[in-house]
Amino acid sequence: MVTVCFHCGEPCAGDAFAQDGKPFCCLGCQTVFHLLQENGLGQFYELNAAPGTRIRATTVAARYAFLDDPVVREKLLDYADDQRARVTLRLPAIHCVACVWLLENLFKLHPGIGRSVVNFTRREATITFAPDRIKLGELAALLASIGYEPELTCAETEAPRPSLVRKKQWLQIGLAAFAFGNIMLMSVPVYLGLDRFNGPWFRVLAGWLSLAMALPVVTYSASDFWRSAWWSLRQRRLTLDVPIALGLAAIYGQSFFEVLAHRGPGYCDSLTGLILFLLCGRVFQQKTHERLIFDRDYKGFFPLAVIRKTPAGEESVPISRLQPGDRLVLRHGELLPADAKLVGGDAWLDYSFVTGEAEPVRCAPGSHLYAGGRQIGGRIEVETVRPVVQSRLAALWDNEAFRKRRDDDLDSLTNRYSRRFTKLVIGLALAAAVFWLFHDAAKALPVFTAVLIVACPCALALAAPLTHGTAQRVLARLNLFLKNARVIERLAQVDTIVLDKTGTLTTADASGVAFISAEGGVRKADLSVEERQWIGSLARHSTHPNSIRIAKSLAVAPRPVSGFQEISGGGIAGEVAGHEIRLGSMAWLEKCGVSGRNRSNPEGSPSAATTLPVGSHTGIAIDGVWRGGFQLENALRPEVEKLVARLGSRFELALLSGDNEREAARFRALFGERATLRFNRSPADKLEFIRELQHGGRRVMMVGDGLNDAGALRQADVGVAVVESLGAFSPASDVILDALQLPRLAEVLAFSRQAARVVRLGFVISALYNLAGLSIAAAGLLAPMVCAVLMPLSSATVLAFACGMTAWSGRRIFALSKPLGASTSPARLREPAVKWIEGA
Amino acid sequence: MSVILILILASLSVAVAFLISFIWAVRSGQYEDTCTPALRILPDDAAEKNSASGSKPKSSNS
Repeated sequence: MVTVCFHCGEPCAGDAFAQDGKPFCCLGCQTVFHLLQENGLGQFYELNAAPGTRIRATTVAARYAFLDDPVVREKLLDYADDQRARVTLRLPAIHCVACVWLLENLFKLHPGIGRSVVNFTRREATITFAPDRIKLGELAALLASIGYEPELTCAETEAPRPSLVRKKQWLQIGLAAFAFGNIMLMSVPVYLGLDRFNGPWFRVLAGWLSLAMALPVVTYSASDFWRSAWWSLRQRRLTLDVPIALGLAAIYGQSFFEVLAHRGPGYCDSLTGLILFLLCGRVFQQKTHERLIFDRDYKGFFPLAVIRKTPAGEESVPISRLQPGDRLVLRHGELLPADAKLVGGDAWLDYSFVTGEAEPVRCAPGSHLYAGGRQIGGRIEVETVRPVVQSRLAALWDNEAFRKRRDDDLDSLTNRYSRRFTKLVIGLALAAAVFWLFHDAAKALPVFTAVLIVACPCALALAAPLTHGTAQRVLARLNLFLKNARVIERLAQVDTIVLDKTGTLTTADASGVAFISAEGGVRKADLSVEERQWIGSLARHSTHPNSIRIAKSLAVAPRPVSGFQEISGGGIAGEVAGHEIRLGSMAWLEKCGVSGRNRSNPEGSPSAATTLPVGSHTGIAIDGVWRGGFQLENALRPEVEKLVARLGSRFELALLSGDNEREAARFRALFGERATLRFNRSPADKLEFIRELQHGGRRVMMVGDGLNDAGALRQADVGVAVVESLGAFSPASDVILDALQLPRLAEVLAFSRQAARVVRLGFVISALYNLAGLSIAAAGLLAPMVCAVLMPLSSATVLAFACGMTAWSGRRIFALSKPLGASTSPARLREPAVKWIEGA
Repeated sequence: MSVILILILASLSVAVAFLISFIWAVRSGQYEDTCTPALRILPDDAAEKNSASGSKPKSSNS
């Protein structure tokens, strides 16, 4: 049983910080506990277990001093006079009931703070304070010191507040509902013929009153329809809002004419009801969309881990747990998750994910590095200065530069489809109206409107994103992360699977690494302690699976390395303690001019390859002289045999490896006779192999470690990067899979096929609904208002179907296979309060 | 006959009063956050201190 911090719930190293019999992980957490107890806020800990966030560094008040600059202050404050000021701050750390309670009791911590109100969904707190007693900078520092660091970005202060939009929407709906109810009240007597008792004047009065009440609904509540119709007309594009606006205008005009001519009370009841239900449908769709975005930004765990340096050593942590002030180590090819300051090392940052500029930038120690940069070269050490913003990183991954062309095709396909759909619907509505004009002229207008409204394709538009969103969530629970929801569709179409060997099917354990001296036959010289140190120091700069294994097996105290280089498909090189060390494939080392002679054996064999036993495939050269090689025994990951057998029964399999053919027989036995096995492949060969498969009309999924086969991952229809607990970020991949979950790949594929089936069924449902609705409406049997009720109803059906079916099939498919060992599960890190809200 | 007129006027004025109060509620921001109030009522009020006048805290370290 591990003791966890009473404040933040992270594991404690010892009980050095225990107080009142409660364990704390660090001084920061203990201080906050003390502060809250002292001010009578101890209830914080009763509301939720370990509700706090980890306090790593004591906050320096000076860090927020810039907020007191008049210009910045002006921008941030909502309101200010001499006595009072009000500010709304974004506090991403808000995550549970206890947070809301603590922040709304903030006035107990400082006499200068007045009322504070939390908006949980937006992670915001609006705080009123007395500027003469506490400055804005001090307020921010106080918040940071109890674990709620304000997120201050320029965009935050300049973007318009979304609440204004929402307020308007509520007013529009309220007004429409008011008019609908009251007009209905007056129309019922007319419908039932009761107005005969009151004489014709009642009919006239009801007509005029209805017209008066409908007027604000048509002008204000329906204003979005007018605006969007006008906009699309000006852009010379046809959207469904154009005919809807036309229909609304026609109904109001006709009602006006009938009342004026004393012919009846008009159709204002239908008109206002129609607008009301249209607005409700719109809000419903918007809420669903917002929820999807919320899930992505706050609950989506970005599958990236980094090495954090602690006094005790180095540990791998998921980026969601990083705090400003953490010391991080970045190796070649790793991505910087948050804005940081360079502390040490030779930094060459490649900002191509951020700016599109591929040329690496040299950075001097102490300079500011931006999140999203990728280190090229050796290890560097940085100190983060800002919290990690997951949504920003997710946006980087989904950057256009890494999109596949097929995605765009899909988008434009939807566009083209909707344009054709609109034309079709308008044509149908016109045809029905013309037909009725000759048979029953009074029905022409209602039929025209009814057809337009019943055909609204919102159910059609919802089916795919909802299913994919749900599927994405199911998969994230398995530590499998998708770049975007569309990947599911492509996963379902895969028919060929290409697997990489090293680091994908085989483990990267330290075991099975053996050194073989170059002078094997002559003198059994093992590596000296110094040599081990040099090689180990070099290897730990790289993220290649072989380097990681070698570094792990040597386990030496690191020495500084200069001039680190990593040649993809070749090896790594660098200078340690004045010696030039190279580690890599035999072919690459020979190309680098490494000779077999050395000082102790000047007459040595001319070619190292002849003296080395077959199979050792990572060669070592010190100062341009062969030193020997590492033989890496490849242990298969657990359950890989079963996985390959299951995949082989359904898919075409291929194995690509950069290694030599030493293990060919073993993998032939594993993969069977039909599979393609290729050895000695360079990254370029892998890419070419996949391209050839695609030319043959195959849908290819490439499974690799994400770093050395980035090109192939990108070329493949679906690129899956298999990562160990510390995953180096690979933007070329579409899917990031926790290595422990690799055996579940077959289930994942089955699940995505299921999801694709759900989407298609959703399409069928909404198409059937449209077909039925259209034919009934065209036959003149459906009033426009009934259509407006049916429309959100159909969306709700599709929504329930898509979410329910996907979640259910996910549970069914993944329950069959037993859960695999616990890894650094992100599920543990999810906010409990969010779950609580879902349940409510 | 004129009874129905009075009834219509009465019902309309009640409805308009509700409409106005609804508009006021939206304008004053009551619909902006429909989630936090539900969380806010969960904690029990601490018995000893819940004075409305923002009780004076003992100390502060800012």
